[in-house]
Amino acid sequence: MRVPLSWLREYVDLPASETGRDVQAKIVDTGLEVETVEQLGAGLKGPLVVGQVLTIEELEGFKKPIRFCTVNVGMANGTGEPQEIVCGARNFAVGDKVVVVLPGAVLPGDFAIAARKTYGRTSHGMICSGDELGMGDDGSHGIIVLPPEHEAGTDAIALLELVDEVLDIAVTANRGDCLSMRGVAREAAIAYGLPLRDPALLDVPAPNSYGYLVKVADPSGCDRFTARTVVGLEPEARSPIWLQRRLQKAGMRPISLAVDITNYVMLELGQPLHAYDRSRIDGPIGVRRAEQGEKFTTLDGTKRVLDAEDLVITDNRGPIGLAGVMGGANTEIADAVADPETGAVRGTTEVVVEAAHFDPLTIARTARRHKLPSEASKRFERGVDPQAASAAAQRTVDLLVLLAGGTAEAGVTEIIAPSAPRTIAMRADHPDKVAGVEYGRETVVRRLQQVGCDVYGQDDLVVTVPSWRPDLAEVNDLAEEVIRLEGYANLPSTLPTPPSGRGLTERQRLHRRVGRVLAGSGYVEALNYPFIGETVLDQLGFDADDARRRTVKLVNPLSDEEPALRTTLLPGLLTALRRNHGRGSHDLALFETGLVFRPTGQEQKPLRLPVGRRPTDEEIASLDASLPRQPRRAAVVLAGAREQAGWWGRGTPAVWSDAVEAARTVVREAGVELIVRSDRHAPWHPGRCAALYVDIAGEETLVGHAGELHPRVTKTLGLPERTCAMELELDLVEQASTGALQAPRISTFPVATQDVALVVDAAVPAADVETALREGAGELLESLRLFDVYESEQLGEGRKSLAYALRFRAGDRTLTVEEASAARDAAVALAGERTGAVLRGA
Amino acid sequence: MSAPNKSYDPVEVEALKPEEIERMRDEALAAFAAAGDLDALAQAKTAHTGGTSPLALANREIGALPPQAKAASGKLVGMARGAVSKALAARQTELEAERDDRVLVEEAVDVTLPYDRVPAGARHPLTTLSERIEDIFTAMGYEVAEGPEVEAEWFNFDALNISPDHPARGEQDTFFVAGESGKSDSGVVLRTHTSPVQIRSMIDRAPPVYVICPGRVYRSDELDATHTPVFMQVELLAIDEGLTMADLKGTLDHMVVSLFGEGMKTRLRPNYFPFTEPSAEMDMVCYVCRGESVGNPDRPCRTCSSEGWIELGGCGMVNPKVLTSVGVDPQKYSGFAFGFGIERMLMFRHNVEDMRDMVEGDIRFTRPFGMEI
Repeated sequence: MRVPLSWLREYVDLPASETGRDVQAKIVDTGLEVETVEQLGAGLKGPLVVGQVLTIEELEGFKKPIRFCTVNVGMANGTGEPQEIVCGARNFAVGDKVVVVLPGAVLPGDFAIAARKTYGRTSHGMICSGDELGMGDDGSHGIIVLPPEHEAGTDAIALLELVDEVLDIAVTANRGDCLSMRGVAREAAIAYGLPLRDPALLDVPAPNSYGYLVKVADPSGCDRFTARTVVGLEPEARSPIWLQRRLQKAGMRPISLAVDITNYVMLELGQPLHAYDRSRIDGPIGVRRAEQGEKFTTLDGTKRVLDAEDLVITDNRGPIGLAGVMGGANTEIADAVADPETGAVRGTTEVVVEAAHFDPLTIARTARRHKLPSEASKRFERGVDPQAASAAAQRTVDLLVLLAGGTAEAGVTEIIAPSAPRTIAMRADHPDKVAGVEYGRETVVRRLQQVGCDVYGQDDLVVTVPSWRPDLAEVNDLAEEVIRLEGYANLPSTLPTPPSGRGLTERQRLHRRVGRVLAGSGYVEALNYPFIGETVLDQLGFDADDARRRTVKLVNPLSDEEPALRTTLLPGLLTALRRNHGRGSHDLALFETGLVFRPTGQEQKPLRLPVGRRPTDEEIASLDASLPRQPRRAAVVLAGAREQAGWWGRGTPAVWSDAVEAARTVVREAGVELIVRSDRHAPWHPGRCAALYVDIAGEETLVGHAGELHPRVTKTLGLPERTCAMELELDLVEQASTGALQAPRISTFPVATQDVALVVDAAVPAADVETALREGAGELLESLRLFDVYESEQLGEGRKSLAYALRFRAGDRTLTVEEASAARDAAVALAGERTGAVLRGA
Repeated sequence: MSAPNKSYDPVEVEALKPEEIERMRDEALAAFAAAGDLDALAQAKTAHTGGTSPLALANREIGALPPQAKAASGKLVGMARGAVSKALAARQTELEAERDDRVLVEEAVDVTLPYDRVPAGARHPLTTLSERIEDIFTAMGYEVAEGPEVEAEWFNFDALNISPDHPARGEQDTFFVAGESGKSDSGVVLRTHTSPVQIRSMIDRAPPVYVICPGRVYRSDELDATHTPVFMQVELLAIDEGLTMADLKGTLDHMVVSLFGEGMKTRLRPNYFPFTEPSAEMDMVCYVCRGESVGNPDRPCRTCSSEGWIELGGCGMVNPKVLTSVGVDPQKYSGFAFGFGIERMLMFRHNVEDMRDMVEGDIRFTRPFGMEI
């Protein structure tokens, strides 16, 4: 809502010295969000006057038509001589009144005016357009042609009210009343403690039976309908400057007098109005629900197919308006058209003015259904004062009579569905309890009365809320009125004492640890959007039946290329990797932890649950059953060097084993051992892909994969060669966690070290050999480490040698060489039995 | 060498003459002193203390003396050998120290050499800022609550007093999840705030409830310098007997002091949200200019555009209708809630100019933030 300060002052006697910023500060404190204060005509300096065009000489030979004019500017130029002005606009004729800026003046935007040579003549000033004066574009881009009654030489700055301040207020969804000057003025009056001149307090004739016939078939959709008729309108009458200027400052475009008046009254009182050309209405006006599929053309020229819930205004032919949203093309006020021969102006001469009140929900749904948010629907949705309807109709009639030379017919139609005033029972100390401040009953009552409530009672108040505040429905609504008017700024600051907490949950702590340990290992966290498309799933080489292809899809994605939610973290991370690579960072290690979205295929449409009571457990289960599985996963991607080359020596490239190690690093944080097996799984290299398992309650459970990406994938995705990746499901890892770690016993007896080199088939996984060695070595084994792997001709084709260092130690004695050797032999024997390993050289 | 003197005859042994022993000792001492390095000292050691050194040979001659002469000569030789070995040890220590000094100098390195073998990683500043805020409240006794990002509309809207026709529902730029027909009738959305977690918390726990709800939320804005369709929110909810707006104010003040330092405070301005009543917009004092730029054109503040205040987010007293919808008795309990996006806080706390930097995963942006914020 744009509120010109000059207009606001019509209803509240604000101190003359108050600036727009002052008013802003004051009403922001009590609850209206004034986003900006626009300074109209800032820097504007005269002389800017009314001029009358005396002569026009068309100048030839330029790219566009140019006029050399003489203009009578009265004594504004000091001489009274005609002012010579060159002008490029053409929408004026000899005798027209225009706005002339004279040398020495400054227009908005620091545009200083001086006499200057142009198109071979000297222009002593300029004939102005609305744009140039900062009035806003009227759509014509032409110069302003004033009504003929203004004297040449009159100061146009005052005439056009060019200097003003406009408060731009973001009105919240509950405050429909503040989509009007009346509502904002009331807030300003309260904020300043000044009386309000309520523009809705008008003398309105009593309804009678000879007004325009109206039949309301749906009083639940329309509980009030006022119709008034004005005849004898002069089609050539134009909106006076003050009216046009107020509309412009409020952000609306002047259109025609009748339309401008209805818009003006809507801005003033908040009541949307509609004016029908009476000559185009056929029979009585009706209000009913539309028939399903009924067709209707709104005045924007769009043909609409109506829904049975839409409320329509009708005549004998059918709909003539979409109630509270937009009128129909069939009864629209006609544009005034001048007959080119006679000069006679034809247009609408009789109107029926509608001021009605419609059900907010119906209007909201219709506006949304037809994607037709209008000034009217915006107000009805948010709540219009039903009791202002007859005043608004009266005000419209008055202006039509005053400005368009019309005559009000005596008939007054008013259809009102009976309703009782709304009351709320509230303890007098309820606002105190909400705020944590002792306001006391007297303050509470005074504040409520200020906003227009009637208040009765002592400790238990009965509050009747004003018709213009449909948002006041509960005790807390009333409390808010009291607290905001007493000032949020005056609230004290106290701290409640929550019950003792337990800190983070295990899941949350694990999540944090994983982030820290990966960052500590050189990985940089990236938080990627979860949106993906079919393309990337193809590029990753997923099979047609891969579970990761089953996605949650959005109705209105940001991009049609990416309409689905991620089922894996890799697309986002790989995109970030590629972006970094493209920007010149080539040694990359990135990680992300976050949710992925895995539809189970079993999702059910949730029940439509009511509000106002706690849903049952079954109902909550039904809601949860409508959601996909959303596990938290962790992933890393690597490319380039893992260790950089430098003065210390060579670097090492990021390889598959770094990706597997990242998994170990993550899993270790949960106190869980990672089990690694080779696997084939997209998008990994089939020979360099590890399946990752953990033990959950005795079950070996697959949690993810790691390794080098398939070369085809890196190529298709434009990634650096040999990009590696790991992804696993963090929530499963957490489940594997077995609680508090059992501390190891530390022996201080000497260690006995034995190295063994075992030869096995190249296909035997080292993990199997290690498992066998550990088992075979028994309890004396303190640790075991694989320190070398090699293949050679000597070993034979398809064979490899694995060299292990075994460290033995007992807790109660120094081991003898024989004991250590026996344990080693047992280890080797079991490895031999399980994996075919033989001691090298044996 | 003389043969053992078995006859016990007094025998004159040339090498055991006192002056001879003295000479041998002095020669040894001189040789040690002359040894310029450890190698030379090792040679001198062999020459003067080895098995064939004059003193060793003299020592053997003692056996050739008659018993009554052995003691005196033995003492003489022993003293000489003692002096020699002492001098040797001293010279050895001296030369080793010299050598060590030399070697350590030679082994000196340039300790200013850089070492970026494995460059440091980092956590995203949005993660760490969120955790920092969580920590402030867990220290007070709050729990951290989490919930699904794909959420049922009932949790995201209805239970929060945003009915299907509420104007606010249309204003939230919601991403709708497609139902079977591909239309937005699935009843499921990407959560537009973390408030559904508040609802779930109140349904899961009996009051009192004190939770903080961080997480990712979604609004269908286009990405630009100051907007991102996917962002991080932190919301707080407190439900207890007798909670007031003053408690809300105090909790907000505590948070900004914890995050931005002593002297920070907040301001509430009336506003409207369906899920709170009364509702407020919350601002904090600009932590850069502390409000001193207001009306002071000589000291403009970029952070707050010389407004003195920075808009944080929305807050209010939980609407009793919301309490009723989760089975909490509004006659007995009241509560407050607030929420804000932490991208904006990161922007002004760390002078981030473009929100896209938080989204793109460029390591040059994230790495300097390290592990904590």
